[in-house]
Order: sequence, then C-alpha cells, then structure tokens
Amino acid sequence: MAEFTLPKNSQIQKGQHFPAVTGAKAVRTFKVYRWNPEDGMNPRVDTYDVDLAACGPMVLDALIKIKNEIDPTLTFRRSCREGICGSCAMNIDGVNTLACTLAIEDCGKGKGEVPVYPLPHMPVIKDLVPDMTHFYAQYASIKPWLRTQTPAPPDRERLQSKEDRAKLDGLYECILCACCSTSCPSYWWNGERYLGPAVLLQAHRWIMDSRDEDTGARLDELEDPFKLYRCHTIMNCTRTCPKGLNPAKAIAEIKQLMLARRT
Amino acid sequence: MPAYQIQEHTFDMIVVGAGGAGLRATFGLAQKGLQTACISKVFPTRSHTVAAQGGISAALGNMGEDDWRFHFYDTIKGSDWLGDQDAIEYMCREAIPAIIELEHQGVPFSRTEDGKIYQRPFGGMTTHYGKGTAQRTCAAADRTGHAILHTLYQQSLAHDARFFIEYFALDLIMDADGVCRGVLALDMAEGTLHLFRAQGVVLATGGYGRAYFSATSAHTCTGDGGGMALRAGLGLQDMEFVQFHPTGIYGAGCLITEGVRGEGGILRNSSGERFMERYAPNAKDLASRDVVSRSMTIEIREGRGVGELKDHIHLDLTHLDPKDIHEKLPGIAESARIFAGVDVEKQPIPVLPTVHYNMGGIPTNYHGEVVQLYNGNPDAVVPGLYSIGEAACVSVHGANRLGSNSLLDLVVFGRAVAERCAATIKPGATHKPLAGDACDKALANLDALRNAHGGTPTSVIRNNMQRAMQNDAAVFRTGETLAAGVKSVRDIHASFADVKVSDRSLVWNSDLVETMELQNLLGQALATIVSAENRTESRGAHAREDYPDRDDANWHKHSVCWVDEAGNTRIDYRPVHMYTLSSDVDVVPPKPRVY
Repeated sequence: MAEFTLPKNSQIQKGQHFPAVTGAKAVRTFKVYRWNPEDGMNPRVDTYDVDLAACGPMVLDALIKIKNEIDPTLTFRRSCREGICGSCAMNIDGVNTLACTLAIEDCGKGKGEVPVYPLPHMPVIKDLVPDMTHFYAQYASIKPWLRTQTPAPPDRERLQSKEDRAKLDGLYECILCACCSTSCPSYWWNGERYLGPAVLLQAHRWIMDSRDEDTGARLDELEDPFKLYRCHTIMNCTRTCPKGLNPAKAIAEIKQLMLARRT
Repeated sequence: MPAYQIQEHTFDMIVVGAGGAGLRATFGLAQKGLQTACISKVFPTRSHTVAAQGGISAALGNMGEDDWRFHFYDTIKGSDWLGDQDAIEYMCREAIPAIIELEHQGVPFSRTEDGKIYQRPFGGMTTHYGKGTAQRTCAAADRTGHAILHTLYQQSLAHDARFFIEYFALDLIMDADGVCRGVLALDMAEGTLHLFRAQGVVLATGGYGRAYFSATSAHTCTGDGGGMALRAGLGLQDMEFVQFHPTGIYGAGCLITEGVRGEGGILRNSSGERFMERYAPNAKDLASRDVVSRSMTIEIREGRGVGELKDHIHLDLTHLDPKDIHEKLPGIAESARIFAGVDVEKQPIPVLPTVHYNMGGIPTNYHGEVVQLYNGNPDAVVPGLYSIGEAACVSVHGANRLGSNSLLDLVVFGRAVAERCAATIKPGATHKPLAGDACDKALANLDALRNAHGGTPTSVIRNNMQRAMQNDAAVFRTGETLAAGVKSVRDIHASFADVKVSDRSLVWNSDLVETMELQNLLGQALATIVSAENRTESRGAHAREDYPDRDDANWHKHSVCWVDEAGNTRIDYRPVHMYTLSSDVDVVPPKPRVY
C-alpha cells in the first residue's frame, strides 16, 4: 500500500498550555487550533484551562474569555452571539456549528477536553478564521435574487398565497455560515465545482418562490455533473445545520424537478 | 513611524458599512451610474440588521385602516417631540413605496389570507392620532431583519456592486476646507492599507451599543463611523438618548422582539399581574419602549421582580395558540430555548430592559447629508460626507424610537442618499489632488495603537467602560449618578493612553481591531454621559429622577457634543425642525405624552 505523509509544514504540533488561574472552581479544558501565517511555524493546538465558574454558558463565551483574559492573540470571527449572523461557525467537539449557540455543557457529555478547530477543508487565514471567498463566489454564481419578466404592479406588492409563502419556510432562514458545505465529504473532494449544500439550498429557495419566473433557467444552470449531482445523499449537511434546516432534502427536491421535466 | 505602503483606489462614492442602510445606498448609487465601493468589516449578511426581528413599519393598511399621517403623528409622539418633523414626514410618506420596493426585490414577507404583506401591531403605533391600534409593522415571521438584509445583499449582487469585505475603516480623510475626500481602511486579511478617494463618503456604520455591558447589539456594534466623525472634529447629536429594549433575555441579553407583545404576549410581575395596565391604561404592553422599560424597572425596584433575586420580569406567551407561535414567532421560540432554557408554550421568558438602540449619532438632514453648526447656521452641510441608519441622527427618532421604525429608517434614507448623490455628483468627475500629508494623522493613530505597549489590556479598559455606562447611564438617571459617571468615563477615556496591544501581527489582527473599536466606543460613551448630565429634563429615553418632567421651554432642542482626542468635551444646540415638507400634514406641537 502506498504510504502518504503530510508535508512537514502542515503537521499539527503540540502548542502551549495555559493553566487555570489559582482558585478556579470548575475547570474545563479547550484545545484550540492555532496558526499564524506570519511566524513561519507549523499549526499547533494550544491548551487553555478555563474556569467555567466565571464564564458564560456558550463555547463562544469561553473563546472570548480566553481572548480577553488569557491570550489576546487568539483569532476568530464573531458578531451577533445569538445564532443569526453566522460569523462564528467552526468545528467544535468534532461537529460544525456556531460557537455562540453551543453550550459548553453539551460538549462531550459535559466532561473532558473541548477541541475547537476551524471549519474543515477550507484554507485557513489565521487560527479559527477560514477563507470564505470561494464559498461566497459560489453563492453569487447562482444569481440568488428574484428573477422575473412580468413587471411588478406599480404601487402594490406582488400577491403570494400563504401556502406559496410557506414553501419558503426551511429555506430562506439560511444564515450562510457554511457549516453544512464544509461538513460534506463530497464538497471536500470537489468543492471547486460542486456547489455544496448551502448554495443548493439557496438555489432551491428561489426555485420554490412563486414570484420567481426563471425556474427553467435556474434548473438549466444546475444541470451539470458537478454543480448538483456530486451530492451523494451523505446527509452530513442536515445533521450539522445549526439552524435545523434540511439542505439534503432541498437537493433531493431539485433532483426530482430535474427528472420531472425530462419525462 | 515606518513608511506605510498605501494602495490607492478612486471611486465616485464610498459607502462604509454593509448593513441595511449601507447596502441600500450601495446598490442605489450603483444603479444611478456612480462608481461605488462598499467597505465593511464583516461580510454583509453578518451585519447586525440581520438580527432585527419584529418588522418594518409602513401604513399599507393591509390589515385594517391606516394612513401615513397617523404614522407621522405616532413617530413624533414616540420621539417625545424631539424628532425633526420634516424628516419624519419624509420617512413615513416614503415608507409605503419603500416597502413595496422591498417586496418587489424578493423579501419573503409573511402573508395575509388574500396574499398581501402581513402586518402586526407594535408599540406606539396607532390609528386616528392615538385612538385605535394600528397593524402597521410588516413582518417576515420574526426574522424580518434577516429577510431584508439577505435580500439587499442579493440586490447588490444583481447590480454588481463592488465590495471590499473585512476591511476596517480607520479614519475619514478631510481636507483643509473641511471637505470629506475619502477614507483610509485596513484590509484585515492581508494587513495592508487602502486609501479610498471619492466625491462622497457615506457612513452607514451602525450604533455603538457595545459601550454598555448588557446590550442586544452584536459584538461588532462599536459605532466606528461616530468615532471617525469625532476624530474628524465633528459633533454628535442627541447622544444622551439610548433606548433600552424592554425584553432582552435575562442574563444573555439577546433580543426578544416587541412583536411577541404585538401578537398578544404579556409582561407579568412576581404576583403574575399584568402591570402595564397600571402604567399605560390604553396601550398596555404596547406602550412606547421607554415607557415599558421604566415601568419594568419600577416593578423590580419596588420588589415585584421575578426570580430568586427578584431582579427581572416575565414575558408570558403561554396563552397563545402554539400554531401562531410556530408560524409567527419561531425565531424567538428558538432563542428562548437556547438562551433561557424555556419552552415558550409552557413557561414565561425571563426578560430585562437591555440597551438596544442609539437614537443619537451623526447629525444629518433628510437627504442623508451630514450637517453641523457652522457660523450660526445650524444646518450647514459638511461637503462630501453623508450618514444613514443607526450611525446617523436625522433625526426621525428624536428621544425615543418606535419599534419597526429602524428597519424603515435604513431603507428610506439609504435610498434617499443615493438619490441625493445622483442629483449632485457627476459620475467619473476628476478628483482634486490630495495634500501630501492627508493620511498622516490617521497613520499616526494606527501606528501608535499597533505598537501600544501600555499596562492595561484592551479588554480591561472596555470592561471598565461598559460597567460604568451600565451603572451610571441607565434607564433612570440622577444628577448624582451622572456626575459620578462623567468622572469615571473621563478617567477610563484617559486610561486608553495606557492601552496594551499584544498581537503584533498584520494578518487578521483582531486584537488591534478591537482596540480601534474601543477607541471609537470611548469617544461616544463620553459624549453620551456628558450629554446626559447636561440635559436637565426628562424626555423619551432620557429619564432624570431629579428632573422628572419634560421642559420644552429650555430643552426642546438637539444637543450636539464634540469630544477631542484628549477627552475635552463641548456642547452646543441645534433647533428641532418644527416644520413639514408639504401641506399634506400639519406640524404637531408638543403636548403631554400619555399612552
């Protein structure tokens, strides 16, 4: 069997250990991936012992506490801290999710070390900050806006029945955090050409919108061996979505529409 | 100081900030043929507009009688007569086409039985000048901000607007004549500097909620535009008016929309009493936010709070139909479960008044042009500088903003600034040369902070500021607490000279960015507490226990506060615009404000 070795500069090394302050009451250990492109060093995993007695309940609270009190160089994205902006998506305890809505006590059944890594298979800019450029470009590539030929009524809204509006539920709520796409083995392998679950969920959102008049073109744009059909119903996407959405189902429905229009 | 390399870009217009206002302005300007770039420290859909829940107001009348003149009256009354009535007329009239336009752009609004945009009741929104309850707030379930922000970003993609994402704006570039000529920014991913030259700069940088310890605001709500304006020598208006939202989740501070009360939710004290009936017999739980927040604070103070420490209030929706909760309030059911461990169908949500919105900001007229007091002219325009959204003080919200008027403010004035610039700025006009030292001041500040090696970490100074503001510029204020607050915030502002930055790297140096954000916050915290001490009356969100009444004779005016680098402050005043743009509405003269 062929032997593979990782390039030397990508081997993750043991990092620093920051013990808890003396007198800490409820210590939990966080193992956090660190990489700084400027220092020429390999990535490492630093160990932070955090006193949960003086910390908020969520993993993001622990990361902020580490940054504020232990190591200001720790770098991660965060904004709304209530699960709606999608900034703090990362891999925690082996699962892609939002650091702000994952309770520390829900990691590893409440005990043991909490591993924190950037979203998998994305280029890393620094520490927990992945480069999202390609993901955003794929989102833009599906032209995710209302496309119509019929002019809108000049001084009132387009009408949409409650039933038609309900078809958007479970689709429009996506926060573009990329947890699903970066949990998908098929996206890891073919991410340059496979659009991935997040972007396909959005494609489906516009296909399902009764106001949109470009369904045919939208389906044409996805009729491609890679863009859509690299979904192999692995369903990691649905399992990991921190908003409880079901991208796998959306993808299956697009595939059904493709079939339906052929017959 | 080392010689910093600066990459230069020229555009017709630069928009700083990519929330609702910034995006609406960006694609509006692009649509008008102006070369426009939008720079933002976060990817657009991460902006805090995304967290708005309940809705956006417009007198569409889809769910009963309505008229934009009623909306006009309610907004003035909500503002406790501090709002500029020309701007309020503009906003409430333009609300209707603005919301129709949003629907045409694809916002997934909830619908009525006949397929129109669904509208819910909201605090302070009435018909017939206070007589009935209006259903005026257009909603996409309880995720209206998310729905609108994503749609505006999609429209920006459709109009091929140019974005510079994760660029942190450092300072405005002002010339010797006081004209704004561009902005200097830091590309966070590479650590490189970029000078954006433009005929106009639009500050759409949002509020500075993070000056307080407990706020519904995101970590990124650090008022960077206001900080830049102060460093450019401009005054900020009505900074003493900070809105406390009645229902932030106890402990976590996350927002629970007023739409919950719009859909029938009730605030209860420790004896289960619906106490708002005592404070606002007509509007009850749907009185204005300042009124509800004060009532809750009084209940807690008088020992009728809930919980072990009797220090919060219950928001009860257990009597609502679970089907309605599922359809209209799914997002807050999720938030309550995650952040309070509560099943809203069975248990009340623990809530507390929480800092939510800054009525104050960079003073502008209703075109979005920044105005200053200059040579006796209170409405002198600062050439080349614009501001919109929460960063600005138009002033349509006066002393207290009504719920669902904020999303409206974003789209109406985002659009207004685009129209104004299309009418006044020539696409592709040549840029006058900049002085050789135009960026020197901004670079010196950056260099000092990059290498700051004092004794106090950024997080410590920030925590001190947040605690002081929380304690001394709260729902109720007194001369004594404000005087103590002014002293401590002045000391904390001065302590920034001793700040310590630990991260010396260039790539994604969030330690440095947080330090620059803190600098922006500190100036505005100081302006807030100094303006609050100065205003010896109670009006809207500014409630002085030592001056419990509104004092129109002395205080029916906007305060403007300047803060220099050393922390010296100066206050002056601008008159409230007591005139309208047309004869379609009459000026509403001040009268007692009861709900």
